[in-house]
Amino acid sequence: MWKKIILALTILIFSGAVALFVFKSEPKLNKNFETESSFFKNRPFRLGLDLSGGSHLTYKADISLISPDQVGDSMNALRDVIERRINIFGVSEPVVQVQHSGFVSGADEQLIVDLPGVTDVKKAVDMIGKTPLLEFKIQAPEGTPQKATVDENGQVVLNLDSQFVSTDLTGRYLKRATLEFDSNTREPVISLQFDDTGTKLFAQITKENIGKMVAIYLDGAPLSTPVVREEIPNGQAVISGSFTPVEAKELVRSLNYGALPVPISLVSTQTIGASLGDSATSAGVKAGIIGFALIALFLILWYRLPGLVGILSLSIFVLIVLAIFKLIPVTLTTAGIAGFIISMGIAVDANVLIFERIKEELHAGRNIIDAVSTGFARAWTSIRDSNFSTLITATILFWFGTSLIKGFALTLGIGVLVSMLSAVIMSKVFLSLLSFMKENKFSRFMFSSGLSSGKIK
Amino acid sequence: MFIVKYKKIFLSISAVLITLSIISMLYFGFDVGIDFKGGALTEVVYENERPDKENLILKIKDLNIGSVLFQPTGEKGYIVKSRDLNEDEHALLLQTLSGNDENVAKEVNFNSIGPSVGAELTRKAIISVVLVSLAIICFIAFAFRKVSKPISSWKYGLIAIAALLHDVIIPSGIFALLSHFFGAELDTLFVVAILTILGLSVSDTIVIFDRIRENSKNEKEKHENKEIDFKSIVGNSLDQSFARSIATSMTVILVLLSLVFFGPESTKYFALMLTAGMFFGTYSSLFLASPLLVLVEEHQKKK
Repeated sequence: MWKKIILALTILIFSGAVALFVFKSEPKLNKNFETESSFFKNRPFRLGLDLSGGSHLTYKADISLISPDQVGDSMNALRDVIERRINIFGVSEPVVQVQHSGFVSGADEQLIVDLPGVTDVKKAVDMIGKTPLLEFKIQAPEGTPQKATVDENGQVVLNLDSQFVSTDLTGRYLKRATLEFDSNTREPVISLQFDDTGTKLFAQITKENIGKMVAIYLDGAPLSTPVVREEIPNGQAVISGSFTPVEAKELVRSLNYGALPVPISLVSTQTIGASLGDSATSAGVKAGIIGFALIALFLILWYRLPGLVGILSLSIFVLIVLAIFKLIPVTLTTAGIAGFIISMGIAVDANVLIFERIKEELHAGRNIIDAVSTGFARAWTSIRDSNFSTLITATILFWFGTSLIKGFALTLGIGVLVSMLSAVIMSKVFLSLLSFMKENKFSRFMFSSGLSSGKIK
Repeated sequence: MFIVKYKKIFLSISAVLITLSIISMLYFGFDVGIDFKGGALTEVVYENERPDKENLILKIKDLNIGSVLFQPTGEKGYIVKSRDLNEDEHALLLQTLSGNDENVAKEVNFNSIGPSVGAELTRKAIISVVLVSLAIICFIAFAFRKVSKPISSWKYGLIAIAALLHDVIIPSGIFALLSHFFGAELDTLFVVAILTILGLSVSDTIVIFDRIRENSKNEKEKHENKEIDFKSIVGNSLDQSFARSIATSMTVILVLLSLVFFGPESTKYFALMLTAGMFFGTYSSLFLASPLLVLVEEHQKKK
């Protein structure tokens, strides 16, 4: 008996902690959100474009000129180029994904770009459409006015941009970049090979700037500022610096794909205004709350005491699922909210199966304690079977669906999995705790359901 | 017990509903959404009163973007359907709708899907439908792998699949009706709804069939393998599962209805489809699948 009480208390304390987490990490619920630690701050619900408003762009990549074994690399480089480009514009939490061609997804290599909060498609398209630029800049001649700012600590910071002036050498003239390791120092270095025009330009630049810095700019931001050691006539350059091998590898990739590696064209766009997203969110939340209330009402009226236990375990179910949404994190969409709400109905399903079995066992003449424990054991196979087919559907939908369908499949799948857990663990602990009630007409009535009084048939 | 007794009535109800649904699908057809066929959907809300659509259609004719369809939405808005638009055409359309800033049309939703994306989605949808159906059939085969008398397991399976078809056809018929009268469109969510119905309703049938099998096994042991009255076993099993079946689908239907009435606009028809699927799924496990089992058994006896 004591063991059961402790177990029940543990579950309650655990759910209390989960509730606190869900509440604290949500700016809309928590008035003191600003003062929260970063653990909570970094975990609000992640809303999909149809709830937050924003743009969803699908690009088709033209890979006809690329050899098949290079396609994967090129697409990843394309994603990096576009991602970097979007980051410059300060879009919060953009999502850039590559969708490879295949049996299911079709013959096209596609790039999918989600821009939350950007509702001006034209601007968004322009933002991405510009070809990223790789530039080589040289130090500005002495005497050029330097821009500088004073930072918080009172130190003067030179504005890097004003130190350099552009040259004609850009990524257009770069043939390729490769990662190498210095034979003496074992340090990673990056070797560049320019094409003919680039070789001439580079030779001129290096000749005139020995001992000075050459800045390599990508998308308008300085990437590296190596110092020129000597004139380089053969179009080969080595960038050595204090990179880690990983950084160097990244840099090589950026350099190799300074410009868009493959031509892209826009094939579909979607924009959802912020107001539409807001109203969809509030409608979803409202439907969820009303759905919960309806289930609670039904459970109390039909299942009495076990119904109350069902409500408790349903509440814990909701908290756990919401916490999982935050932790993974799951991007919530309208369809995703629908999936979650439906999983609430299915979660009760498991409880109903258990309660009905308990009722049958009571009718068969068992006392309450026995009825509860055999009821649980017998209901398990049904619970497993009835959720299995839904899990199959959710899995397949998740694999093959578009982002809209994925959201639905994921929330439904998580909901079904957690519901099996919550019904079997939570309801069992609470119900077996209650089943030590004094055995009389009233308690048998309370454990029964519907129109039945709990008498032995 | 009354279900088995009046099985012919219930079977006829299902037959009539299926026939009506098929007629509705054939007669009304489906309005395929831009998800699958490609095209653009522009939803705007006007600052002042919304202008006459005839005027707008005339102006848009000059834009050279093909024929457009206007649907009033809300108090001051329009949904404009057209072929897929590129960014310049899109900007031009918005400008025209605003009548050069006379009455500003604020865009709340814009969706343009190229034909290639539509074709891709169609293929994805078909593959998902095929895969889910195959998986569900495998699941049924697995659930009924143990041979049981008096009816062989593959007949259980076939009847379960017949019940599934029933559960999918009737909501689709209802959707065709909605499509005709309220402009509901066959989109990705429709496909998801159909697949979810498959998953939800098959489990109900399997749980009841399981009960029937369990009871007939017990009965056989009691009567030492003599002839058993299959009809009454099915009747008893139904009595035992009746409350459970109704209660479990009740909870799901309750949340679905709250989605229909209070949920986001975009998932309304989706939730409605699922409600219908859930309702007929429960109906078919109780009033169609089990009576069919009895019918098959009676037919076997005659031979």
